[in-house]
Amino acid sequence: MECNPKIVAFLCKWCSYTGADLAGTSRMEYRPNVHPIRVMCSGRIEPTFVLRACRQGADGVLICGCHPGDCHYQEGNYRCLRRFHLLQKHIRQMGIAPERLKLEWISASEGKQYAELVNSFTQTIRELGHCRVKETMELLT
Amino acid sequence: MEKQKIKMAVYWGAACGGCCVSVLDVHETLFDIVAAADLVFWPIALDTKYEDVEAMPDGHIDLTLFNGAIRNSENEHMAKVLRAKSRVLVAYGSCAHMGGIPGLANFSTKEEIYCRVYDESESTLNPDKSRPLVACEAGEGVLELPEFYNDVRSLADVTEVDYYIPGCPPQTERLVEVFTAIVTGAELPPHGSVIGAGNKAQCDECIRKKNAHKKITKFNRPWEVTDDGETCFMEQGILCMGPTTRTGCDYRCIEGNAPCRGCYGPTPDVSDPGGKMMSAIASIIDEKESGPIDEVLDGLVDPAGYFYRYSLPVSFLRRAVPRNR
Repeated sequence: MECNPKIVAFLCKWCSYTGADLAGTSRMEYRPNVHPIRVMCSGRIEPTFVLRACRQGADGVLICGCHPGDCHYQEGNYRCLRRFHLLQKHIRQMGIAPERLKLEWISASEGKQYAELVNSFTQTIRELGHCRVKETMELLT
Repeated sequence: MEKQKIKMAVYWGAACGGCCVSVLDVHETLFDIVAAADLVFWPIALDTKYEDVEAMPDGHIDLTLFNGAIRNSENEHMAKVLRAKSRVLVAYGSCAHMGGIPGLANFSTKEEIYCRVYDESESTLNPDKSRPLVACEAGEGVLELPEFYNDVRSLADVTEVDYYIPGCPPQTERLVEVFTAIVTGAELPPHGSVIGAGNKAQCDECIRKKNAHKKITKFNRPWEVTDDGETCFMEQGILCMGPTTRTGCDYRCIEGNAPCRGCYGPTPDVSDPGGKMMSAIASIIDEKESGPIDEVLDGLVDPAGYFYRYSLPVSFLRRAVPRNR
């Protein structure tokens, strides 16, 4: 059966969520696998959010924030970038492919880029297949 | 009339014995404890058999300190027996509280551990690839061994726990305070509380000097820098679990010029201790581009093992996903 992945996307309110909104209002078509969650800033996204998403069955996690230098709070996106690199290192140790976690900068005008990103990331996750985190954590042996 | 003594038990699951020794560290206060309590079960010191405990009526023991994680069927069985026999069951020490050091075995599977121990270790010769059996026939009858589980769990994962006393091992003064409260019939905190520890983070009251704006440009292993003995470890580039760890230990490690390792567990309301710590550490790296950030992170050799040193089995990702199945 073809993998129909669940992807959780954390989008910052100021740029990326607005960008995603633009993709929608411009009636661009893109894969329906992404479940967006709006946060005030990509700097608000704690590693715990990502780990919880994995634990609850996400096959991939997408994080989007404002381009470097554009953060509404000046440097939230830099904090996000640092956490992202540490998290990738961490999930690799936990047996999760680091490719399942992706960070991209999407500005409020980049609806098209957002739609393309969702399509390409969905394709990456489809090729990786379902993430076994949820079933591994539920199975006690 | 002499006041009735309380009945007390101390038991170890998957533990190193340090928690039991921390009970002995009460020194001469032990006389007060023995005056107030009968120790009915304590494998490190007394020869009470499991059958004797199983024969006790339910609720017979007033206070049980259970230390150690749940690693095998024996640990789980005794956890359930002691739960039934005890009025107050306390998860004593990091292992019972959060899985502790034995919980790091959750980075491997049972088969990987068996393979290392019974096949690959340098001193082992095992051409038949023998493995421990749960039961085997012998001349004397059936011999049994506890079943080794794939997953290490905390005490609360297998039975209901009344209180948690964190620490590796818990600070003995905290034990005495808790014990005194129980003996004197003082009002106990709500069921499920962490007791014998503070609610603030170590950094809040740390005795070392701190700057308001911390930046990390390089992670050092402790032997790579000469600690000046007074500046915050983090500012010297040495990882310290202070930002997310509870107080209560009286800064034993810091006073001994060693960074905090996080044995007292996370502050209240933290759902994933390692995740919180990663959040705190990463955000103060003094770089803004991927390449240099990765270079700084290269100094963090084992992030998962470091940030979840005591808490892996109670975290969102309580074990590593097995490589191939």
